[in-house]
Amino acid sequence: MNPANLLGPDLSLAFWPIVIGAIVNSACALLGCFLVLRRMSLLGDAISHAVLPGIVIAFLFAGRNSFGWLFVGAMAMGLLTTFLVESLRQWGNVPEDSAMGIVFTALFSVGVILLSNFAHDVHLDVSCVINGDMDMATSKMTLGYGFEYPQVFPRMATALVVVVVFLFLFRKELKIVAFDPALATAMGFNAGLMHYLLMGMTAVVSVSAFEAIGSVLAVAMLIVPAATAQLLTDRLRTMLLLSAVVGCLSSFFGYMLARKYAVNSAGMMAVVAGLQYVAAALFAPRYGLVAKTWRSLALSTRIAGEDLLARLYRNEEAARRPAGEAFVGSSRMVTPKWIDRLARGRLLRGGEVERIGGGELALTDRGRQTAESLVRSHRLWEAYLVQNFQLPLDHLHEPAERIEHFIGPELQQQLAESIPKTGVDPHGREIPGIAPAAPRDEPSS
Amino acid sequence: MSSSSAARRPGFPVALVLVPACLIAASAWFLPSLARFSSGFVSYNTVVVLLGTTLLGANAGLIGTFTVLRGRALLGDVLAHASLPGLPLALLLLGRRSFSAMLVCAFIMGLAGVLLLTLLRRYTRTKDDAAMGIIRSVLFGLGIVLISVVQTWVVEGSKAGLESYIFGKTAGMLAEDVRLIALVSLVSLATIVLLFKEFQLVSFDSGFARVQGWPALILDNLQMGLVAVTVVVALPAVGAVLVTALLILPGAAMRFWTERLRTLLVGSAVLGALIGALGSSASAGYSLLPAGPIIVLVGVAMFVISMLFAPRRGLVARRIAQENFRRARRRRRLLATLYELDEIDGGENDWHPADRIAARHAWTPGELLQVVTEVELEDLIRRRDHDGAGQLCRLTTAGTEHAATIVRGFRLRDALLDENPDQAVLVADWDPRDFDENLPPELLATLENRLRGAGRLPAGAGPAPPPASSLGENRS
Repeated sequence: MNPANLLGPDLSLAFWPIVIGAIVNSACALLGCFLVLRRMSLLGDAISHAVLPGIVIAFLFAGRNSFGWLFVGAMAMGLLTTFLVESLRQWGNVPEDSAMGIVFTALFSVGVILLSNFAHDVHLDVSCVINGDMDMATSKMTLGYGFEYPQVFPRMATALVVVVVFLFLFRKELKIVAFDPALATAMGFNAGLMHYLLMGMTAVVSVSAFEAIGSVLAVAMLIVPAATAQLLTDRLRTMLLLSAVVGCLSSFFGYMLARKYAVNSAGMMAVVAGLQYVAAALFAPRYGLVAKTWRSLALSTRIAGEDLLARLYRNEEAARRPAGEAFVGSSRMVTPKWIDRLARGRLLRGGEVERIGGGELALTDRGRQTAESLVRSHRLWEAYLVQNFQLPLDHLHEPAERIEHFIGPELQQQLAESIPKTGVDPHGREIPGIAPAAPRDEPSS
Repeated sequence: MSSSSAARRPGFPVALVLVPACLIAASAWFLPSLARFSSGFVSYNTVVVLLGTTLLGANAGLIGTFTVLRGRALLGDVLAHASLPGLPLALLLLGRRSFSAMLVCAFIMGLAGVLLLTLLRRYTRTKDDAAMGIIRSVLFGLGIVLISVVQTWVVEGSKAGLESYIFGKTAGMLAEDVRLIALVSLVSLATIVLLFKEFQLVSFDSGFARVQGWPALILDNLQMGLVAVTVVVALPAVGAVLVTALLILPGAAMRFWTERLRTLLVGSAVLGALIGALGSSASAGYSLLPAGPIIVLVGVAMFVISMLFAPRRGLVARRIAQENFRRARRRRRLLATLYELDEIDGGENDWHPADRIAARHAWTPGELLQVVTEVELEDLIRRRDHDGAGQLCRLTTAGTEHAATIVRGFRLRDALLDENPDQAVLVADWDPRDFDENLPPELLATLENRLRGAGRLPAGAGPAPPPASSLGENRS
């Protein structure tokens, strides 16, 4: 019985490629999370090239379907690559990226030479290793345990199971090594051993992947889903889950699109994964470009609005004072006009300012409260700077203008307690809402 | 430094540049006649391929040096993969095969890849390595998709030329390809010569370059552009994966031989040319072997040779220097220990068991034998068997003198560090023999007086031997 047939004639052809793709992609994606977190994506990339001679040798010695030997060969090549890169770095003082480039191109060349000399015997096509061919990989069906499944299914399923078991067994070690290798070493974990194990596993998944999606595109599945998940979350467990989801989605949509337009399905999967990454980069809730732009825009608008309120407040204040003492200092920070306009609109809608004709604005009572608080923060800070840093008077306005937007009531309270209780700022202006502590008549006596 | 040399612009000597430039131009443009001339010995095709790969190697070596120095060795790899979609795009846009259009499109795609990389770095939280991996693999995937589009939709046989993108078809190189490579080589040579000073600064301290008001970003992009051109031109010859190696190997190998940028660049270009020439001639003999991988393996061999045998930075040289240092240290320790043992016994040269000295310094029997033999040959010690239980050593008169100098150095150092423990780093690699030459005379006099006061200043006829408590070397 072939489970694909349960889906009806239309989907049954697509069932196995999608399942195989999903398995391979999630195995790659899960491991890829640790590569991305440890900033070793390119080592994964290097390994997925370097396994080529391992694949060829395993095929030559053990035949096409012995996946035990294939895994062993891959593991050996993965460890060899890691070892060579580390050795070049340590003994030869070669920079890491150069070392990776040298090792993987060398091993890849050996693989190509082996392939072109011996590949006739094992029916291994070069472009199959590089590009993969999903339909070819799933075309050979076999029967076992009452089910009909593609020949490659057991190998890929094994790879996924091995990865999941590996991640489960070493979850603690992997986590600490991923985030703080120095701490891991200090706590007695063998960070070096974990490094080698991780690289060996990377080799195993990229080998299990090569037939379906090709060794080059295995790299896409190692890196892209993990990087996508990293944009979406800060928790390792969520990241692992999300990366697997991205891998499965890539398989589904990639294959369906590829079938619709009759193009290469492995390439399409990589493209779909890339699109998901772009979507995450743009729309992720915290780290997305849109969210970040929105936050910074909101902050700019708030600051521009608050500056406007404070300016109006100071104008009112100046009008109350004797002539010749008009407030002239204004914000030195230049805000674009459109931000100013946005801020104006927000204040009008919030009922903090009102139009009084001629394009002029005036504070409402609510606006006056906000503005008072801002000016209070500003002048408290100026007083604080003089009190603690002995800054000259002409150095006070700018830092205060910058920080006034971030001083809340509590900090105002603390500041008010730490400065002389005169009720005026260093320029001699009254600090709104702060009553002088001493009796009013004392200075005049 | 004289004023004339200070005023000279730190660039390439003109002759050094003109010669290869003329060679490149001449060889590329007179290629047909050159090939006719040599066709008695080898086929025309072989000459073309040989010249092409040689030029390519030289150019990649030259440009690649900067990427290696700047820790961007894998940029070539990213560019090579990212430019794949350019080829089918050119086909789809034009509707027919055009080699130059393909190259232009590939170049544009490569630049787009670099631009995307910059954007990812700047605007997302994705780290550098992952960003490179994403650009490389996703654009490569896109390329594969587009190629399959071309194969199914564009009917005329266009499959050839796309396959070779990955592995390269060196044997199919034409005279026009060689001319293109020559042109690119000349352009990059000229750029590097003209902007040598600028590239030098940006390569080693780009932050400083920026602060000095240099257009670091433009220089940076210029370098990447040169890499992109080189990659795109190299692709048909050696393929996408293996062009990476040509960019990295010469620079990384030459780095073992020199520490001067000028020498490094010239050397990498020469080495790259050598790799290309040797590799393509090696593969010419075996039609079964694709030339790309052979060239890479030749390059790897050169790299390994450089890594092992380069005079100062090579592994062997470093190992030898290390061993020499250890031997010298063992020798000093042996003499000093014998001297101090004599001191304890009252100043007479006496026989001491060699085993005990070895145990004190944790020497293996082999190390002991080596040092004792060496010092005996120099006539500084005598040695005799100790009733079948190891050997005994004794300083000769010459040895005593020699050892006195060494012990004096050790004790001066200890005296200095007793007072100034913070100087330990400074004196760590001073040779105890010329230790006092490095000290200011008045400090030296103070230290000597202190040692003399404690009766620990070794001199031919020193005062009473010191108490048996301390042996200088043990504390170091």
